[in-house]
Amino acid sequence: MSVDTSKVATSNTSAATANKPTKVGAAAEWADERLGLAAMGKKNLRKIFPDHWSFMLGEIALWSFVVLLVTGVFLTLWFRPSMAEVTYQGSYPNLRGISMSEAYSSALNISFDVRGGLLLRQMHHWAAMLFISAMMIHMLRVFFTGAHRKPRELNWVIGSLLLLLGTLEGFTGYSLPDDLLSGTGVRAADGFIQAIPIVGTYIGFFLFGGEFPGDAIIPRLYTIHVLLIPGILLGLVAAHMLLLVYHKHTQWAGPGRKETNVVGYPMLPVYAAKAGGFFFITFGVTAVMGAILSINPVWKFGPYDPTKVTAGSQPDWYMGWPDGALRIMPGWESHFWGSTWSWNIFIPVILMPMVSWMVVTSFPFLESWITGDKREHHLLQRPRNAPTRTGVMVAAMVWYAMFWLAGGNDIIAIKLHMSINQITYFLRAAVFLGPVIAFFITRRWCIALQRHDNEVLLHGYETGVIMRSAVGGYSEIHLPISEEKAYAITVRDRGPEGAGEADGPKANGKLTLRDKLRTLYYEDDVEKPTVEEIEAAHAHAAHAVEGGHDDAHAIEGGHDDARAIEGGHGEH
Amino acid sequence: MSDSHEIQAHTDALLPDPGHPEHHWRPTDVDPKAERRAERQVATLFGLSVVCTILFVVSYVTLQTGIGGQEFIGLGASNVALGLTLGGAFLFIGIGVIQWARKLMADVELVEERHPASSSLEDRSATVAALQAGLEESGIARRPLIRNTLVLSVGVLVAPAVVMLRDLGPLPGDKLRHTVWAKNMRVVRDVVGTPIRPADLEIGDLVNAEPEIIFGTDKGQPLPSGEVIEGSDLQVQKAKSATVLLRMDPDDIVSDVTRNWSVNGIVAYSKICTHVGCPISLNERTTHHLLCPCHQSTFDLADSGKVIFGPAGRHLPQLPLGIDDEGFLVALSDYPEPVGPSFWERETKSPQAIYDEWSKETGQ
Ligand code: HEM
Ligand code: FES
Repeated sequence: MSVDTSKVATSNTSAATANKPTKVGAAAEWADERLGLAAMGKKNLRKIFPDHWSFMLGEIALWSFVVLLVTGVFLTLWFRPSMAEVTYQGSYPNLRGISMSEAYSSALNISFDVRGGLLLRQMHHWAAMLFISAMMIHMLRVFFTGAHRKPRELNWVIGSLLLLLGTLEGFTGYSLPDDLLSGTGVRAADGFIQAIPIVGTYIGFFLFGGEFPGDAIIPRLYTIHVLLIPGILLGLVAAHMLLLVYHKHTQWAGPGRKETNVVGYPMLPVYAAKAGGFFFITFGVTAVMGAILSINPVWKFGPYDPTKVTAGSQPDWYMGWPDGALRIMPGWESHFWGSTWSWNIFIPVILMPMVSWMVVTSFPFLESWITGDKREHHLLQRPRNAPTRTGVMVAAMVWYAMFWLAGGNDIIAIKLHMSINQITYFLRAAVFLGPVIAFFITRRWCIALQRHDNEVLLHGYETGVIMRSAVGGYSEIHLPISEEKAYAITVRDRGPEGAGEADGPKANGKLTLRDKLRTLYYEDDVEKPTVEEIEAAHAHAAHAVEGGHDDAHAIEGGHDDARAIEGGHGEH
Repeated sequence: MSDSHEIQAHTDALLPDPGHPEHHWRPTDVDPKAERRAERQVATLFGLSVVCTILFVVSYVTLQTGIGGQEFIGLGASNVALGLTLGGAFLFIGIGVIQWARKLMADVELVEERHPASSSLEDRSATVAALQAGLEESGIARRPLIRNTLVLSVGVLVAPAVVMLRDLGPLPGDKLRHTVWAKNMRVVRDVVGTPIRPADLEIGDLVNAEPEIIFGTDKGQPLPSGEVIEGSDLQVQKAKSATVLLRMDPDDIVSDVTRNWSVNGIVAYSKICTHVGCPISLNERTTHHLLCPCHQSTFDLADSGKVIFGPAGRHLPQLPLGIDDEGFLVALSDYPEPVGPSFWERETKSPQAIYDEWSKETGQ
């Protein structure tokens, strides 16, 4: 190294001060004598975390959860979860003198009479949006890069539980203010519950303390919202983090970054500072959003009244996809033996989300069953190098998007001047065809990108510089990619290399389902080149560079025989 | 299972690893001036945060909230000021700390070896041995009687938890099958509670209605039972008995059932969608179609509330209408079938079958 380290400031050197009796040392000693934390601290204080922008998504989810806890606790100081009827006497003139539930009245009070109350409500709601979006995008990142593979399958399961509970938490929170929109949501939830065969009516009566709306649902949702789900979420978040620390974070392949190590910055100080700083940024951003972006202005909707509804009433966006499924579902209901089976409700809002969630949750296990890959993985996979998996997730995203669009079918109809019937028929087909098309396109695309990688590896990258040869031919200059890049690209399995042993044909000579799926999983993958191929290509390139215009000539030659022959003679 | 305690991870790396890239010193590492500048930058950011916090407190004390308060770009000044200052206070700390980490903290990447997620084989066999010893000493395998009765006793402890939930609410009984509508109950306007004469409605008019009892005994006729419904019970009853009246040209009516239950082309239907229970509100004047705003189920009021479009599985229940001695619209009975979303115990029949049963029962 040619750096003049005498000039290097103290910042980048860790002075060995361990033996000096410092204040920190004394405090640590005091604590260790009582708690014995040194053994753990030794391992973890300087734990290494690799850096990549996409690793921040989970952090956004974590910190917005903290914002939710803080703002939520403040909200509980003024919010009254009661459905007792009161006459509003607060400072919002349009509703003064109107009968409403105490819950709604207290939400108005928070919005208009508590200083900073509206800010808290808006921050809480924006943080909820951020929390759920960040979780979903984080989940996509994990999936697309194969970070859910062994040994991290259980953390994936915890993650999908977090997403499920976060969504339920959002729904219960949305229902608390008891305004017209939230009441409409609760009304629909009552309808969903009643659609459950056999026990639905009973569950509904128990949950609501009788018939809808009754006077019990808001206090009960409140307990679920501020105690039950946050408690479970907190425990799961802690487990998620502990497992993360135990497994150590995955990293991208690169020079010096192997399956068996982790390269990055130590927890203390750099990672702690960056992550801790990021908490303040998340909090700050939610505060700014709460300051200038209105969200859920409950005073505009009025108190809940079971005989009223606003046109275009929509749930929070993350509830949009089951709502969309509900909208485009055909009105199938069966009636027999004095009973009513509401397939039109049960399938889209109960069965489908449950099954989807179970498929997502079990995905790591399904995948490793198909591939038979039982190795640990600590290096991330580029999405293109798992074309089938990437295709599956893009298909799932399209599926979700189509349902989500269906949730806004009335808005689309109005905005695009289309008939709602046409949109519905279109989306009914699109939820099935869209994912299939998306799967094939994505998979092909990944394979093309794999091919492109090989191209770059063997022949270098396109510089965009066009050379004109002496004889007037044009060619683009290709330069070899850096050694580091070439190395990073080639860290990947060769086809089903990592797969387990095949089951082999069954007694009747046919392949097992697993073997068939495995063949499909790896089919059409473009293998990376062999070392010999790379060496051959490089040797050729070296030759080409020597002979400069020669190559261009040859290309030109194809078009102009005479010159090619001429040129050819000249050179040899 | 692994036979040695090594990480089983393996991904083929085709080319030789060029090794960890060289570390480059930053300006702040080699130039004391740059270092001090960075230091001042970070401190300034923290200082700005303090300023924001002070401004937050000042805004809290000086600005009024709510409707009476000052405005700023059309938003409540208090909310904007509190939010922006709070946001600033946090953002400046965050940016400052990250700046500190990027410019001044050591930026040498370190390498840590990974270890397999599994414990060493030794640990594993020791744990299994300990577990076995424990189980052995407890004798749980040798004493199935104890084991089974323990499992049983703990298992049945689920019962108290479940039984306790019983009092969460009453049993459904036949509550979902009835509303407060009854024979000769007047159909009154929603909100105001005034009774309606057929002549009050013109063809095409849609009126939101309620049973008179919802408005208590102080309006209209005294109710026979003297009953007054209030509080959450009122909400429950309103949620079920909300009704829409539509006057159409009697010749437009398609089904006999609808005609028999109408008065001068006025028909009454439940306002509660048979899908998941939204109050239906959108009327297509020319077609007698009623559209639910929640998921767009569309019902034909000229034809027994038949579903024409959308996810609802069932026609809209019709309320049999009549006229009382004073010429006001009244119900001839309760809704002849349960209103609102479907439930499993619901018996669902065609409008004609419902009508036939109804005429037999009421003799009308
Ligand atoms: C983890 C996730 C959480 C999510 C996704 C969430 C979501 C929501 C949402 C969307 C609302 C409606 C806000 C509005 O009025 O616009 C709400 C309201 C509320 N939340 Fe949360 N929340 C969470 C955690 C908490 C916690 C931990 C507490 C308290 C300990 C809490 C307390 C409240 C209260 C009191 C309200 C009603 C306040 C009002 O509407 O004015 N929340 N929540
Ligand atoms: S509630 Fe009316 S269509 Fe769904």
